[in-house]
Amino acid sequence: MLAPMLAMTPLSVTISRARLTYGGTRLFSDLTLELPAGRTTCLLGPSGVGKTTLLRILAGLAEPEPPTEVVTDDGRPLAGRIAYMAQQDLLLPWLTVLDNVLLGDRLRHRRPGPARVEQARALLDRVGLAGRERDHPAALSGGQRQRVALARTLMEDKPLVLMDEPFSALDAITRLRLQETAAETLAGRTVLMVTHDPLEALRIGDRLHVMTGRPAIMGPALEPAGPVPRRVDDPDLLAHQAELLRRLAE
Amino acid sequence: MKALLRAVVTLMVLVAGWQALVWATGLPRYLLPGPLAVAEAMQRQAPLLMVHGLTTLAEILIGLVAGVALGGISALLLARFRTARRWLMPLLLVSQAIPVFALAPLLVLWLGYGMVSKIAMAVLVIYFPVTTALFDGLRRTDPGWLDLARTMDASPAAILWSIRLPAALPAFWSGVRVAAAVAPIGAVIGEWVGSSSGLGYLMLHANARMQIDLLFAAVLVLGLFAVTLYAAVDALARRALPWQPDTQPAEDSNP
Ligand SMILES: Nc1ncnc2c1ncn2[C@@H]1O[C@H](COP(=O)(O)OP(=O)(O)O)[C@@H](O)[C@H]1O
Ligand SMILES: [Mg+2]
Repeated sequence: MLAPMLAMTPLSVTISRARLTYGGTRLFSDLTLELPAGRTTCLLGPSGVGKTTLLRILAGLAEPEPPTEVVTDDGRPLAGRIAYMAQQDLLLPWLTVLDNVLLGDRLRHRRPGPARVEQARALLDRVGLAGRERDHPAALSGGQRQRVALARTLMEDKPLVLMDEPFSALDAITRLRLQETAAETLAGRTVLMVTHDPLEALRIGDRLHVMTGRPAIMGPALEPAGPVPRRVDDPDLLAHQAELLRRLAE
Repeated sequence: MKALLRAVVTLMVLVAGWQALVWATGLPRYLLPGPLAVAEAMQRQAPLLMVHGLTTLAEILIGLVAGVALGGISALLLARFRTARRWLMPLLLVSQAIPVFALAPLLVLWLGYGMVSKIAMAVLVIYFPVTTALFDGLRRTDPGWLDLARTMDASPAAILWSIRLPAALPAFWSGVRVAAAVAPIGAVIGEWVGSSSGLGYLMLHANARMQIDLLFAAVLVLGLFAVTLYAAVDALARRALPWQPDTQPAEDSNP
């Protein structure tokens, strides 16, 4: 097994007084979300409430309006310090699995040296895809492809990991397995994961927020006890699930 | 293998139909020669067909390579630079409104009776399909890939080179297929307008002397070039895009 690669001390990030308007509709106007260092924060909410939009603001892919503020605990800007994983695996079909994991290096004009290649292989091994390095994405199942995407995200080795419904296109069993792999490999990092699945959030989240309404408001953090990944039949987890569903239905 | 068999059967039916037409109409040999007469002319005039065929083949191939290269570079420039788009797009569209074949006499006037004017003609007919195909492909990149690249701190040049261009290659190759189909037409039209060698020249010459069997033989050689060229480009495209799933509709691949 690979030793944890965390080279940096975990980063904590806060987005506050976030405001965004699309075509005259105010999605949110005074939204605050804290992402504590080294924890996994899960964001739940009904479809269309603005979860993806909030995540895209943090990723630098959407431009927020003033007075939105993104603050990090080390005071430096967030740009260039995030890794992003979407619902689609976004693998490039003409690259091998290994080259897909190394995509970031290629895009930054850095020819991956033997050390980086070794690291990529180790990550593929860690997500359960040892021996598939030379395959093309088309030869993999949906779950395997999303595992490659996870390895690519980890390869970026960034202080903040942003994931937008990364497992929602997968079947239930594959999803449970991937949640376990993700929880293990992301441990110790600052993670924001958007999901519409309360069970998923309860299995791998340290802090859970429910976002509702228009303009949207951020619910208080729910902090389930115990280490992740939590067992599906954990009675504590089931009790929390009822509470989450109630908040989501509000 | 089955495809080859089908091609042979189709060919035989066509030849039989041709022969039947000759018998049914009773047209004299100098108006409509039968397949046998043409085959005979082909054999008898093989050296002549070869010399003129080589000229035309060279024009087609050079025109194809130059046209595809020019079209490819133009599309990349258009995709990469907004200024290039602003200035060149209208020009490109207007140039398409002019029937390029009407320019053939001018090309001969400017570039002479030799191969250069024919190559230029071929380049002109190839340039537009290649440029538009690749440019369209470059514009249609999956926005998810572009988002991912931006979060990875990729420069626009790196995104163009490592994501947009490979993603546009299937579109580019369909442009090259079209180019391969029109290149022979461009070359022959150039030859018709003014030349001293090439299959187009041979056709005019044979026509004037009522050597219709030779004219038919020249057309057949040209057809052979066109089919071979298309097959070669198609094979090349498949080799270049092994990751691309076959886009043949399902009912086509089933017997
Ligand atoms: N680029 C955009 N332009 C206009 N409206 C958008 C854009 N992106 C998202 N929206 C709108 O913003 C709302 C929130 O979208 P999104 O953040 O994707 O919601 P969620 O991820 O919570 O389902 C939706 O109503 C959506 O239609
Ligand atoms: Mg969403």
